[in-house]
Amino acid sequence: MIRTLGLACAYAGAQPLRFPDVDLPQGGRLLVQGRSGSGKSTWLSLVAGLRTPSAGQVCVAGQALMDLRGSALDAWRARAIGFLPQRLHLSHALSVHDNLALAYFAAGLPRDDAAIAQALHALGIGDLGARYPAQLSGGQAQRVALARAVLLRPAVLLADEPTASLDDEAAAQALDLLQQCCRACGASLVVATHDRRVHQALPGAQVLDLNEIGLQGNQDGRKQL
Amino acid sequence: MKTIAQLARLSWRYLWSRPLATALNLLLLTLGLAAITLVLLVATQIDRAFERDLRGIDLVVGAKGSPLQLILAGVFHIDVPTGNIPLAEVQRLQAHPMVEQVIPLSLGDSYLGHRIVGTEPTYVAHYAATPAHGRLWQQPMEAVLGATAAQALALGGQGDARLLGAQFVGSHGLGGGGHAHGDHPYTVTGVLAPCGCVLDRLILTGTESVWQVHESGHADTPDDLQALREEREVTVALLRYRTPLAAVTLPRLINSDTALQAAAPAMEITRLLRLLGVGADVLRAFGAVLLVVAALSVFIALWNAVRERRADLAMLRMLGAPPRRVAGLLWCEALWLALLATGLGLLLGHALAELMGYLLQAQGLLPVTGRLWLATEWLVPALATGVALLAALLPALQAYRADVAELLAHA
Repeated sequence: MIRTLGLACAYAGAQPLRFPDVDLPQGGRLLVQGRSGSGKSTWLSLVAGLRTPSAGQVCVAGQALMDLRGSALDAWRARAIGFLPQRLHLSHALSVHDNLALAYFAAGLPRDDAAIAQALHALGIGDLGARYPAQLSGGQAQRVALARAVLLRPAVLLADEPTASLDDEAAAQALDLLQQCCRACGASLVVATHDRRVHQALPGAQVLDLNEIGLQGNQDGRKQL
Repeated sequence: MKTIAQLARLSWRYLWSRPLATALNLLLLTLGLAAITLVLLVATQIDRAFERDLRGIDLVVGAKGSPLQLILAGVFHIDVPTGNIPLAEVQRLQAHPMVEQVIPLSLGDSYLGHRIVGTEPTYVAHYAATPAHGRLWQQPMEAVLGATAAQALALGGQGDARLLGAQFVGSHGLGGGGHAHGDHPYTVTGVLAPCGCVLDRLILTGTESVWQVHESGHADTPDDLQALREEREVTVALLRYRTPLAAVTLPRLINSDTALQAAAPAMEITRLLRLLGVGADVLRAFGAVLLVVAALSVFIALWNAVRERRADLAMLRMLGAPPRRVAGLLWCEALWLALLATGLGLLLGHALAELMGYLLQAQGLLPVTGRLWLATEWLVPALATGVALLAALLPALQAYRADVAELLAHA
């Protein structure tokens, strides 16, 4: 689950962004909508514990992030958060299999080759383990990145613009896979996007609309002046 | 432990994902380390060789001339002697109360480039050498071969033992190719065990043999022969003092009161090593420059790697790696380079030393080998590690400090 309260993030020389409160139950789905620059990435990084909020609280999977510091926060992130970035950030120096193994290395866990093979198999790319990212199609690469994100069975899967540059069919398939993966490991799904198609593919999901909020935040800022 | 194994494995992959840059860095580091290994090996062995050959020789006495030349010719047998001195003078020195021992050496002939040295058995005893086969000389015209000389003379793969009883004819001059003393063949009676000293390269015989070869060679009548015998000469005398006090008085006494020259080897060799030291310093500086260039090159490669891979590194942070683990990946990459370069550098340094030893031996000079490991060689891995870690310092720091959220959003 994800719960935020009075969350705000300040950038040097800019008005602080204020985010509305979110209360997402475990296994729930959340759509973070907004133009580029409206604060989607900022909100994601606050929830992942990569940024410290200037005000407010974040609680993810029962853990208040303000209680964690340094490597404890890193260790928590390794276990609780799965992240599917827009640019997949697969390492070109490593094979697909080794790219997944990075998750174990980052978490400081012993490498589990059987689990890696299983994760690739579950996403229908079990035969690509020995390939390198440069040899994959866009869709295959996204599946690899998704397999890596859910390898350690996180409590929350954060997906940043997962449908950008995909055609309708591929976008629907990608969203389908995301939801499958989340159901399989009981994770909450958060999709940050400005793509309307996502809204249709995730009926009944909570919506966090940053288009209006960003404006409100600025107004609040003016009031404080 | 598991994490370290994964760290080593991952950094190895990253290292070879840029094979050209890695090969260049490896080459530079290896050359620098090899130069330093070579200097260490050769300088140490030359020092040791000098020390071993000089041990127990307090003073070298010979004809007037260059004192350094006298010592190079009389102790190390790598230069021509300054001339001959009367035997009578040497016998007077022997009677001097401050002198413990005098070893006379007569030079002048050689066989296949190996010097034939007329001397007394005390010369062999001085270096604590013993015959491996046969016995020392007892009669004139009997000869004993040093270990290296025996190897060189055992043409056609003859064993050392089969050299016993073989005959050879010395030729006039120390370089070979001189007039052959055909009517005075030497008979081999023994082969010395290797002693790691100058004796290895020599052919030893009694002082009388050298006289016999030359006297009858030049005397036409029995009267001439008699005259020659009275004017018998040797080339050098190696002295050992009875008392340290002799070092103060004896050299001055000999140099001023007689036609002889006395040279203290310790002093002359210190001077020589200072001259040689310049060469070693140049090579050492060359190695240092190579290492600095290597450090720069490794630094640039890692710096670029951090720039190219900053999204990769940010992703690692996103996956939950603490900054030290991400920085460790870069340190580890540098350490791999250091490890490989240490291995290759030591190997190359030793190979070059061996090659140098081969060339020096071909010229009958000092014994140098690459098949020797010095305690001081720990310096090589230490240097390699230091250089690599220093070069990786800034890139690792940059990786450590990366703003992950920023990089993931925009990289």
